[in-house]
Amino acid sequence: MADDQKKTFVIKGIGVSPGIVIGRAYLFDRQDAQVPFYNLNDPGLISAEVQRFRKALRESEKQLLELKNKLGDLGGGMEPLYIIDVHIMIMRDRKFIDRTLKNIREMSVNAEWAVRMTVDKYREIFDRMEDDYLRGRISDIQYAGQRILTNLAGKGRAAIDMGEGVVIIASDLSPADTAQLKIDRVLGFATDVGGKTSHTAIVARSMAIPAVLGLESITRAVRTNDDIIIDGSAGVVIVHPDPEIRKRYEEKKRLYEKAQDDLLDCARLPAVTKDHYAVEIGGNIEFIEEIPSAILHGADGIGLYRTEFIYINREQLPDEEDHLAHYRSVVGVKGLSWATIRTFDLGGDKFFLDKKLSRELNPQLGLRAIRFCLKEVELFKVQLRAILRASVQGKLRIMFPMISGIEEIREAKRIFTEVKNELLAKGTELGKEIEIGIMIEVPSAVIVAEELAKEVDFFSIGTNDLIQYALAIDRINERVTYLYEPLHPAVLRLIKQVVDIGHKAGIRVAMCGEMAGEPAYTMILLGLELDELSMNPLAIPRVKKIIRGATLKESKALLKKVMTLSSTSEIRSFVGAAMRKRFPEDFPVNGP
Amino acid sequence: MVAIGTFEITNKLGIHARVAAKLVETANRFQAETFLEKDGVEVNGRSILGILTLYCPQGSRLTIRVEGVDAGEAMAAFAGLIEAKFGET
Repeated sequence: MADDQKKTFVIKGIGVSPGIVIGRAYLFDRQDAQVPFYNLNDPGLISAEVQRFRKALRESEKQLLELKNKLGDLGGGMEPLYIIDVHIMIMRDRKFIDRTLKNIREMSVNAEWAVRMTVDKYREIFDRMEDDYLRGRISDIQYAGQRILTNLAGKGRAAIDMGEGVVIIASDLSPADTAQLKIDRVLGFATDVGGKTSHTAIVARSMAIPAVLGLESITRAVRTNDDIIIDGSAGVVIVHPDPEIRKRYEEKKRLYEKAQDDLLDCARLPAVTKDHYAVEIGGNIEFIEEIPSAILHGADGIGLYRTEFIYINREQLPDEEDHLAHYRSVVGVKGLSWATIRTFDLGGDKFFLDKKLSRELNPQLGLRAIRFCLKEVELFKVQLRAILRASVQGKLRIMFPMISGIEEIREAKRIFTEVKNELLAKGTELGKEIEIGIMIEVPSAVIVAEELAKEVDFFSIGTNDLIQYALAIDRINERVTYLYEPLHPAVLRLIKQVVDIGHKAGIRVAMCGEMAGEPAYTMILLGLELDELSMNPLAIPRVKKIIRGATLKESKALLKKVMTLSSTSEIRSFVGAAMRKRFPEDFPVNGP
Repeated sequence: MVAIGTFEITNKLGIHARVAAKLVETANRFQAETFLEKDGVEVNGRSILGILTLYCPQGSRLTIRVEGVDAGEAMAAFAGLIEAKFGET
């Protein structure tokens, strides 16, 4: 077979979610540039192209109707159903059909080209619209066009249809894209752009799907249906693996999965050092569906519930009941001792359909998170009311993101109290022990931490943003990801300062950034005496293993030495050597 | 029979895909032909793409003309739909 003769090649990127997958590639491309285009030199071919187009149209419509029936049977929300109706209506639209037929007949192009021309024509019209939201509706026409193109391409393409489990290859995936994917059928991700903290990375880790990002040109090198191996632990993608490599990776995959099983065995054991120092372990989640995984992997509580997905991918803002339905699933879950809910943290690289949150030139520094909430108080109150109402179910911590100074937390608390009093006045039953805390992620908050500590019950250090803001790195720009460095002495000093100030004030200090889930840093974080480490659930077993194998005493000694070093590279090599020496099994010398 | 009415689009998002779909569904329920007009451009009420390309954000003024035996009922249905902000805010 021709496939066997394809040359094996390797592309290296950034491994952002561990594990190995051996499968087939599926090129996810919103515009799809791989469609064949040709001129019909013989006018006799025109009627054949017209027939192909009509047939593809019929098939597309049929598939959508089937999909609609299937979804209807599931009885879920109505959202996806109406969008299917829209796509069917577009395919039945006389203008759409006539325009395409005219392209075939008058321009003598193949059906694929004709469809693309029609879609492009509409894009031109939509591009002129001022309203962002309405302009964005071109995506529905593109989707309908895409569906027809897929059917025109025939069985070879349609067969994949994400049906059997595929590796998604894409330039980049927005939250909207990943929401569109049948995520349970995705085995892995490989993308051109992105880094450890980009959206795709977070989704991949939370779903336990291997992913390699920042591959730069994977979309040009790989075609749909190519054999592909993703090693998310090593950050390597192998295309057209020859049988020998394939075999080696099957073995690697088996070993990796066994190691995971071994780790899971001790995942539920408490995170206590050999000298009896206990750390609470939280799980970071963004979908309520991740809660079972958090429990399985050994979380004591939910240390960070990101509420963004309640807002994303809908045309209207979620109402109080929408919120409440989510929070009720998170608070008071059996097997988990607390839940920390973070309020609205949209803006930045997150995606939102509402035109109110139109694009900003520098969204990371823009109107987002608590800034947005304090401006859109009514919207904020809806969320606060729902959180408060869920508090009756169990221990709840509420956390405000992106606090940069004392006014913001005071104002947030004032609104919180107002909402609380309104609910109490109405006789609503609320939980007795709601704690209020803030994310420490803006450097200014570290500097005024002493004052902030007087206002709250806890701090939670969001290292992703703290590092990004402190070191002035755009964390989605892969050209500067090399500067993203949790072990930068400035970062370590900032963290230490927060912990020391928090403890002096008698409040709890947690960490919920990616750094908390990296086993190589676990001893340093132990030495810092953080009260809680909250991380991606999948990272918990390995971190726990380090905690259970170390002592507080040696961790403090390690930290003390680290704090005397002045450069990142010294710290990195010192910590690396120390961890390899102390846990040779977990940090192999020539490891990933 | 011909019925004509002019309406202001008041829902926040304007005539987006879902709303356009509701208008097409309504037009398809009646024998009468529906035409939508805004700023001198007229489109067929059974064409979702025609309606979307009319471009009606919040605050647009839309004229609906219905021609046919059940034009009166059709117009009442359109008026009700727009009045109710298409079930949105």
